[in-house]
Amino acid sequence: MDMTVAKKKLGLKERYAVMTRGLDWTPSYQKMEDIYPYIAYEGIKIHDWDKWEDPFRLTMDAYWKYQAEKERKLYSVLDAYTQNNGHLNVTDARYLNTVKLFLSGISPLEYVAHRGFAHAGRQFPGPGPRVACLMQSVDEIRHAQTQVHAVSNYNKYYNGMHDFHHAHDRVWFLSVPKSFFDDAITAGPFEFMVSIGFSFEYVLTNLLFVPFVSGAAYNGDMAAMTFGFSAQSDEARHMTLGLEVIKFILEQDPDNVPIVQRWIDKWTWRGYRVLTLVAMMMDYMLPKRTMSWKESWEIYFEENGGALFKDLARYGITMPKCAEHIALEKDHLSHQAWSTFYNYGAASNFHTWMPDEDEMAWLSSKYPNSFDKHYRPRYEFWREQAAKGNRFYNKTLPMLCQTCQIPMIFTEPGDPTKICYREVDYKNEKYHFCSDHCKEIFEHEPEKYVQAWLPVHQIYQGNCFPEGTDPTVEGFDPLAAVLKYYHLEHGRDNLDFEGSEDQKNFAEWRGQATKNV
Amino acid sequence: MQIDLRTVSIKPIRHTFDNIARRIGADKPASRYQEGTLDMQQTANFHYRPTWDPEHDIYDASRTAIKMADWYAFKDPRQFYYGAYTMARAKQQDTAEANFDFVENRGLAATLPQSVRDTALKLLVPLRHVAWGSNMNNASVCAYSYGTGFSQPHIYHSMDQLGIAQYLTRVGLLLGDVASLDEGKRAWMEDDAWQGLRRYVEDSFVVKDPVELFVVQNAVLDGLMYPLVYETIVDDVLASQGGTAVAMLTQFMTDWFAETKKWVDATVKTAAAESADNKAIMTKWLTEWRDRAAAALLPVARIALGDRTDEVMDDVVQQFNARMAKAGVAI
Repeated sequence: MDMTVAKKKLGLKERYAVMTRGLDWTPSYQKMEDIYPYIAYEGIKIHDWDKWEDPFRLTMDAYWKYQAEKERKLYSVLDAYTQNNGHLNVTDARYLNTVKLFLSGISPLEYVAHRGFAHAGRQFPGPGPRVACLMQSVDEIRHAQTQVHAVSNYNKYYNGMHDFHHAHDRVWFLSVPKSFFDDAITAGPFEFMVSIGFSFEYVLTNLLFVPFVSGAAYNGDMAAMTFGFSAQSDEARHMTLGLEVIKFILEQDPDNVPIVQRWIDKWTWRGYRVLTLVAMMMDYMLPKRTMSWKESWEIYFEENGGALFKDLARYGITMPKCAEHIALEKDHLSHQAWSTFYNYGAASNFHTWMPDEDEMAWLSSKYPNSFDKHYRPRYEFWREQAAKGNRFYNKTLPMLCQTCQIPMIFTEPGDPTKICYREVDYKNEKYHFCSDHCKEIFEHEPEKYVQAWLPVHQIYQGNCFPEGTDPTVEGFDPLAAVLKYYHLEHGRDNLDFEGSEDQKNFAEWRGQATKNV
Repeated sequence: MQIDLRTVSIKPIRHTFDNIARRIGADKPASRYQEGTLDMQQTANFHYRPTWDPEHDIYDASRTAIKMADWYAFKDPRQFYYGAYTMARAKQQDTAEANFDFVENRGLAATLPQSVRDTALKLLVPLRHVAWGSNMNNASVCAYSYGTGFSQPHIYHSMDQLGIAQYLTRVGLLLGDVASLDEGKRAWMEDDAWQGLRRYVEDSFVVKDPVELFVVQNAVLDGLMYPLVYETIVDDVLASQGGTAVAMLTQFMTDWFAETKKWVDATVKTAAAESADNKAIMTKWLTEWRDRAAAALLPVARIALGDRTDEVMDDVVQQFNARMAKAGVAI
């Protein structure tokens, strides 16, 4: 009988192949192009989906087991942290503004990544990329949720976070991260994979996710640190997927190379512009700094990224040309960004402040070529004015870049005394840009970027007031109306940290927890 | 007796996020399911239309014919957010692993009557492909449906179906070998018995309306197939012929269906209860696809049921009708 013959044991690779690769089939009752309608229009040519190498060979049983173990640990830590009033152990209450920035700016993007990878996974005909994308999709909803759960307890005690979903879709500067992800998910599935899977998860993750988590660890925020560390092994999987995507596409057809190069150029720049927020967070918002933005860029992009692009050279891929421009900005980026937020501190969902003397000294030492010359005098002036009761709030709305949607605050590459403006005429309209790179991105797909929902334009068009607002009545206060539309409470969620409710409560509660009053 | 451990108590200034408070009617502590689900999907001020679907916004309720005043009326009775979901599945996976070990270590596959083993292989192995199709369809519903209350369970369902395809693969390998998998795929592609079902699955791949696709896949096809295959054929018929070991290997699917149908029923109920129009659409979809699915499953059922096929299939359809009637849709 055949049962007596010892069965051949499958090797790991063969076993994984029958667990995934054997599951799909070539349909005959419906046409491939009807089942997978979005796979051809970007011009990417795939000849053999089976050439996809699964980097992890993770079956669902193992996935559930590992992930459940991580979730159990994470939620135990969160519960203990909450029970113990862990929020009072952060370095100083200014730190909480990093949490606000993260929750309203970054966590909603994790959610978009979740839906985007479900979309990409559905659309790729090959089982290898499908499984990889869907695992990333379910991981991303994990990240969105664990972040909300980790920050939930902060929201109970501090301002600025209480309506973060609403804020993400509306507040002026949050259109920067939002439009970045909207741009990615509205691109074709291959471009989505290059933008998020490769550029964002692989090239830039050490500059985005990692600084927040390290910042949390340095500043006593065990909640954010724990979800960060818990997500680390997921992120490692996603990074590997990102690299695999690029190699797979490039190996399939030489015609794919110029398309992918254009996407890498575009998304490195788009991603870098979003990192403006991270740069100022690192240099200004963390009471205990992990490293400067400039150091971080040098290590994670110039060194690590440099090695990556050397590795990709054999496919004909070169370092994105924007890297040279970015190198010229690294002495200025965070300072120009923080100055802007200090200006518009009345319209933000977090507090701003001027660095103290020690912090100024730190900035001088980290930015010897730029800080004392260009930024310290400005800060000293603002500080003097604030001391006299003239804390400066800019109430004139800035012009935004049509592509990255950041106010036109950046200076000409190589000349920190001159604001950089670019413009394009398209169908009888003028469009403005912060840089040559944003301009080129627009010029390649003008029909896409003319659609941008620019917060400043929208405010001026009257679209950012609560329903029923009449802007023609006497004494109409546009800022107050816009804050209402944002669901921000004037005097609690915005303005300077000095004198804020967060500052006052934190001091009082810390006293209550550590002293016998 | 109770001991009184003291902690420093600080009065919070609010108890949950504003969007949650608006939805649950008051600023009171909310569950992790609520904070991880409600309003998670963006709803306003999208920047660009999808280049792959310029007729719609990124998330667009008009992708389906079903109309809801509030898409967060859809709630998962299991309250699954990612953590609750993975912990539930890890527990079931432990049981499944223990069952596979039990059958394997005692050599129970070898003691199965030949006819039971053949039937199990012939019936279960091609179902790997049906589960794979469901993995894809549920990813589709997750990607293109509106509101996290509706979309979220679909990504879990999608991963579950990949897991089920993999458990079925292991059943094939345990009762047979790699050649059994190849034979199952050949039957799926060529044998008359499977062509109706394969056509149903391939036709489902081009259904664009996400709520219809939920009906086609999760309500109808699984609603008929799981009671037929796992509850009736495996747990009853094969077990009575000395095939209890097979039932142990598919316990995951039996338990999974019992759990997930609560969510499916709640979803059907919420959609249909919203309006007469929704109810009419749900009735039409459920009726039409049920008839197609029942016809497609008939020759598959015959593999194991022979003469009793029509009678059993009638029963399964009646039970399904009763289930849907309970969810508010008489079909």
